Amino acid sequence: MPAALQITAAAPDPALLDLPWHIPLAEWPEDILAALPRGISRHVVRFVRMSGRVIAIKEIGESVAHREYGLLRSLQRLDVPAVEPVGVITGRTSRDGEPLDSVLITKHLRFSLPYRALFSRYLAPDMVTRLIDALAVLLVRLHLTGFYWGDVSLSNTLFRRDAGAFSAYLVDAETGDLHPELTRGQREYDLEIARVNIIGELMDLEAGGLLQDVEDTVEIGGMLVQRYTELWKELTEAEEFSADERWRVSARIQRLNQLGFDVGELQMTTDVDGTTVQIQPKVVDAGHHHRRLMRLTGLDVQENQARRLLNDMDTYRVATDRLGEDEEIVAHDWLTEVFEPTIASIPPNLRRKLEPAEAFHEILEHRWYLAEKAGHDIPTSEAVAAYVNNVLPNRPDEEAILELDTATLRAISGDLDDDEE
Amino acid sequence: MASVTYDHATRLYPGSETPAVDSLNLEIADGEFLVLVGPSGCGKSTSLRMLAGLEDVNSGRILIGDRDVTDVQPKDRDIAMVFQNYALYPHMTVADNMGFALKIAGTPKAEIRQRVEEAAKILDLTQYLDRKPKALSGGQRQRVAMGRAIVRQPQVFLMDEPLSNLDAKLRVQTRTQIASLQRRLGVTTVYVTHDQTEALTMGDRIAVLKDGLLQQVGTPREMYDTPANVFVAGFIGSPAMNIGSFKVADGKANLGETHIPLSRTTLDALTEDDKGEITLGFRPESLDVTSEGTEGAFPVNVNLVEELGSDAFVYGQLASAEAAEHITSGAGESQIIVRVDPRNTPMKGDRVWVKIREGEQHHFSPATGNRLPN
Ligand SMILES: Nc1ncnc2c1ncn2[C@@H]1O[C@H](COP(=O)(O)OP(=O)(O)OP(=O)(O)O)[C@@H](O)[C@H]1O
Ligand SMILES: Nc1ncnc2c1ncn2[C@@H]1O[C@H](COP(=O)(O)OP(=O)(O)OP(=O)(O)O)[C@@H](O)[C@H]1O
Ligand SMILES: [Mg+2]
Ligand SMILES: [Mg+2]
Repeated sequence: MPAALQITAAAPDPALLDLPWHIPLAEWPEDILAALPRGISRHVVRFVRMSGRVIAIKEIGESVAHREYGLLRSLQRLDVPAVEPVGVITGRTSRDGEPLDSVLITKHLRFSLPYRALFSRYLAPDMVTRLIDALAVLLVRLHLTGFYWGDVSLSNTLFRRDAGAFSAYLVDAETGDLHPELTRGQREYDLEIARVNIIGELMDLEAGGLLQDVEDTVEIGGMLVQRYTELWKELTEAEEFSADERWRVSARIQRLNQLGFDVGELQMTTDVDGTTVQIQPKVVDAGHHHRRLMRLTGLDVQENQARRLLNDMDTYRVATDRLGEDEEIVAHDWLTEVFEPTIASIPPNLRRKLEPAEAFHEILEHRWYLAEKAGHDIPTSEAVAAYVNNVLPNRPDEEAILELDTATLRAISGDLDDDEE
Repeated sequence: MASVTYDHATRLYPGSETPAVDSLNLEIADGEFLVLVGPSGCGKSTSLRMLAGLEDVNSGRILIGDRDVTDVQPKDRDIAMVFQNYALYPHMTVADNMGFALKIAGTPKAEIRQRVEEAAKILDLTQYLDRKPKALSGGQRQRVAMGRAIVRQPQVFLMDEPLSNLDAKLRVQTRTQIASLQRRLGVTTVYVTHDQTEALTMGDRIAVLKDGLLQQVGTPREMYDTPANVFVAGFIGSPAMNIGSFKVADGKANLGETHIPLSRTTLDALTEDDKGEITLGFRPESLDVTSEGTEGAFPVNVNLVEELGSDAFVYGQLASAEAAEHITSGAGESQIIVRVDPRNTPMKGDRVWVKIREGEQHHFSPATGNRLPN
């Protein structure tokens, strides 16, 4: 074997060396692959189990691989939701010396759901709107950091459940570019690409008989544009009011917080005679609730989940009559008395079903549902038991959607390169 | 279809002192294939993105046809960026894959079908229209993607290094395909590359940029035969032109034992700023191997012989070490490249005598770098 294999990685895992790099990815043996659903792609992409987790491997040209790796690392530094890069492997050759394409390796995003799996299986009312909302938030966040995506699509996005809504993650940075700041033209062009791609992808599901509950695919593409535009405006636009309406400053900040953003810098100017004030957010950071929960409890969860947990914490604070106490102390007690025991009461064999924070959210929902049915409050412990016995076992396994039968998996993956009929 | 005009178009990136594209004036005719070429960072992508509407134009204007699009949003410019995103949808037929953007735009069904069929004919995809993309070869899938852009019938196609991810062989193939497709469609096309060979083989005209400034625009032949300045002379052509700085005396350009006669017109064009020197350029194929003692012949020590079958090139150095320093070529400082008869190549370590073929040298002013008349 020529010793030309080169691994570029921040923290290379020696187990990488055990994978069959001399075989074209499309021909890798089934037994090392993890059969998880994927979006459509031009390159061959496969999931592989390694060192107790799953990695995603994409076969791609050398320079592009390094470029995408670099971009994903930058996005990680900028704290934008995206798949985590593991490394790049170049210099692959087959046993008889033929050169093989380089690969880009990323961590498989746990509990992530490609849209094809979502649309064809778990469709709940309102879900399309929620997916589109999540993508709009992601796109706005990327654009705020100066990232031009170039190929926004549902296939290039992964979704995770986030307390009844979704969070979106970027998965394909191949066509992206980081700039100090984007021009309006770049943003609008990205948005137009997104619109056309989303409609195309939905039309494709429609053609395959896999789309449920969506009447008008074109309208859904338009919805993204609308949601994006609203959010961009709220986050960036200047607002003018007279000097005696100063409450509008804190109102704006509150509105941004509710949208999940912190205001890092707010520019405030007055006109010469001081009768009108103009404010404009200059620096906004997503993850307002996420950060607050992290600070209070150390829990690292998604934005809406954090919002949900914080709400429960507030309820706990009122119920235990501790409004005057330090928030940190109450948070600590809530964690040990409420959150952790709840999660601990989920039997280990059911833990792969959902992320802990998502399970907690569902338990809260279930408690509410039981209370409504019973006409009185239900203690959390009772709700947990009911949820674990009656709801969770029927949920598909979302850490790795292994319950999908292979035919469905193939249909939704729709991989052009799959010949395994 | 339409022409494209850059009218003093300038892009200054925020926080930067010098414009990435500096007052670009360029007219691209209706149906023309224009290639923007230059070294990394010269501003070619920025120029293209300004036309696409992705970069702001800080001063000057950009026109498509007679329409000033300087402040028009990308999607309203009636342009298509080709090869940017060509995902194929597995459950849709080839025809639907090509036409779905028209469907989104609300184009009537019959018209979509007609446009798709026309595009398919040009792309040689007619027989596949009702099949799924899975049944297609890699090349055919790429053409379907191309079809997606074609059916929109944009005024201008824009391509930014579309071949950079392909391997060498496929690159040459696709290059030819794109060029011939463009000629058949007759759609005005602006194409960006850093590869001058690609530029020479594909473009109706080539625009060479350096440091945000347009150096020269012309047909491949013009660029090759009459480069407007030293930079273009050295950039266009492979292997690159030999360029040397010579002393002017006795109506000749002199370097070591080399004495090359100059015309009156050339001598008259020199100014005081040139300080008695002249820059001469001569392509590897403008050198003849002769014998010692021939008028104007100079000795070259052979370092390497590159045999390419139909051609052979000698990479060497002027024999006089002192003179050698004043010569450069694409192969590096102090290097000189000579094309030789592939059936009669010298050996490494040999010394050959070469002479510039009459009238085939290029003259440049050392002070300005600009071309001087012959
Ligand atoms: N780290 C990951 N975690 C989960 N899923 C992943 C990951 N990486 C890739 N995938 C899945 O594989 C699919 C294809 O990956 P990707 O989009 O990077 O390929 P591509 O060939 O570059 O696509 P395109 O044709 O859009 O350029 C994605 O849609 C996604 O479903
Ligand atoms: N978004 C940006 N912000 C600031 N400077 C930029 C930006 N994009 C490009 N530049 C700078 O502008 C100049 C021209 O860049 P441009 O990308 O147009 O060059 P290019 O000729 O296409 O180069 P390459 O072949 O490397 O892509 C370079 O100096 C580059 O560093
Ligand atoms: Mg992709
Ligand atoms: Mg990609």
